[in-house]
Amino acid sequence: MAEVTLKAVRKVYAGNVEAVKGVDIDIPDGGFCVLVGPSGCGKSTLLRMVAGLETISSGEIAIGGRVVNQIEPADRDIAMVFQNYALYPHMSVYDNIAYGLRNRGTPKDEIDRRVQEAARILAIEPFLARRPRQLSGGQRQRVAMGRAIVRKPQVFLFDEPLSNLDAKLRVQMRVEIKKLQRALGVTAIYVTHDQVEAMTLSDKLVVMNGGRVEQVGTPTDVYRRPATKFVATFIGSPPMNIVPGVVAGEGSVSVGGHVMAVDDIRAGLPKGAKVDIGLRPEDLVVEPGATDGHPLIEVDFVEELGATQLFHGTLGGAPIVVQCPTDKVPTTVKRLALSIAPTLIHVFDHETGERIGRTFGSVAA
Amino acid sequence: MEKRSVFGNRLLPYLLLAPQLAITIVFFYWPASQAVWMSFRIQDAFGIATEFVWFENYTELFKSRAYYEAMWTTVVFSSWVTVLSMGTALLLAVMADKQIRGATAYRTLLIWPYAVAPAIAGVLWLFMFQPSLGMVGRSLRAMGIDWNPLLDGNHAMILVILAATWKQISYNFLFFLAGLQSIPKSLIEAAAIDGARPARRFWTIVFPLLSPTTFFLLVVNVVYVFFDTFGIIDAITKGGPATSTQTLVYKVFSDGRLGGDLGGSAAQSVILMAIVIGLTAIQFRYVERKVTY
Repeated sequence: MAEVTLKAVRKVYAGNVEAVKGVDIDIPDGGFCVLVGPSGCGKSTLLRMVAGLETISSGEIAIGGRVVNQIEPADRDIAMVFQNYALYPHMSVYDNIAYGLRNRGTPKDEIDRRVQEAARILAIEPFLARRPRQLSGGQRQRVAMGRAIVRKPQVFLFDEPLSNLDAKLRVQMRVEIKKLQRALGVTAIYVTHDQVEAMTLSDKLVVMNGGRVEQVGTPTDVYRRPATKFVATFIGSPPMNIVPGVVAGEGSVSVGGHVMAVDDIRAGLPKGAKVDIGLRPEDLVVEPGATDGHPLIEVDFVEELGATQLFHGTLGGAPIVVQCPTDKVPTTVKRLALSIAPTLIHVFDHETGERIGRTFGSVAA
Repeated sequence: MEKRSVFGNRLLPYLLLAPQLAITIVFFYWPASQAVWMSFRIQDAFGIATEFVWFENYTELFKSRAYYEAMWTTVVFSSWVTVLSMGTALLLAVMADKQIRGATAYRTLLIWPYAVAPAIAGVLWLFMFQPSLGMVGRSLRAMGIDWNPLLDGNHAMILVILAATWKQISYNFLFFLAGLQSIPKSLIEAAAIDGARPARRFWTIVFPLLSPTTFFLLVVNVVYVFFDTFGIIDAITKGGPATSTQTLVYKVFSDGRLGGDLGGSAAQSVILMAIVIGLTAIQFRYVERKVTY
């Protein structure tokens, strides 16, 4: 068991390409940290630096209080699950799991005991004699997990482990990974571009973009109080609507001529200052029948999701999506009157994209 | 989603195949059948009378001590060339597979020897190792080694082995490099995290995964040494001194062309043909199925 600390970690590739631009993260012992972001945001590079598969250009990575910058992957006491599982195709499942122990000179009976135990935990006992190619995607995934847990490492590293599975299996494995990590109490770092995985697995969520950390926090924190416009639109599905607005006064903004009260907005903003207003589709409430005093949207088309419907339209000149329980309003409706609670309105700086909240800054980490 | 063309004219497919068939028939089936026919006959010394003798040429061959010697020479020669050229090529490929500066130039240079004609390669090595003129030959003598491939059979053998190996490294290198590059990087990384040091990673992960390539090259190399080294041997030693570098394929040439024993020579070629057919069969059977993962 160990905590993982990243201090001002940077990765610069040949040709002065900066893939990771100074990242600080603290992961407590037994924590589950998810790195999430779009492709090329540096999340995988960061994970590979923790694993020791990439050199660290500058900064410091420590595992269990020991700086590992110059330590070989084998000696960092970590285990990694790869996206393509990276199972050794010429070895049986048993040998795949036992390989790491054999390399470390573990006694034979000890190896057997631990492989059997790992196989029992993951329910892959019937497949131990098989080759990886004789297994299904989900079974291979389990073998990869088995290879990781059998060594009882201090840290688990996951590099998009579920992205090769079909949707149903992904949900199932997601739950199993979380259960397993809890049961073993091992610190985990998990890279994904899937925000549902990120939200459900993490107790510390790190949103990355362009080699930088945009926000660190609990999943709820990140969802409720996104630090930047990027985080706001990246976390949440369908993504948060961003509409242009202006400061209307203390604690209020105006969107398309409608003044709305806002709870979390910094005091003393000049009246008329341009801001971006973030409104989550699921936070917008449709007011059937109402017309006056509510922002109105023109409905372009409707998507049916079963339990809910998505109304696409425009508000203040910007596209907007409203999520509404099915059958609350007919899908033939042309105009919708909306309302939203002041606590659910997010205000961002139009230029920098940063949140203009009252207390923002103290929320991070 | 199979894409197939349907020919309206029944004659057209045969016409399209005709050039390739003609080449195969003229340059392969015709000479091969001639050889088989000739191997059953004995011609007199003046080429006037020819007699059909069934398998006499073959029985003569298997009674002849010289034939077994040539066989042994071939075994020694092909083992050395195969092991040396594959070993060296693998070593070079492993080094080229790492990200090194100037890798492209390094690779290109390694491929060049393959483009050199066998006879020219032979002459090249002949000159270098010539005892009184060659750079290497003279330095060896200067170092006190009595190097003389013109008189010493073992020296001659070493020389042809070196020349044939040098020529074949390029080919093996290309295949090994392609094989190495098809091994997913994450496997090597997983092994590194699993605590395997580079040497152990190579022998437990890389080498087993290369086995389809290795097996393919083994067959190809044996075929190469059996047949394509004729030019090298002819240029360097002409099978000599005495018969110390006379391989089976060289013996076909020297018995038939120089010795005038067309029947015996044809019988030897038929045996060689059987060997290469056997090797090809093995290759198709195992390379295609068994050794892949």
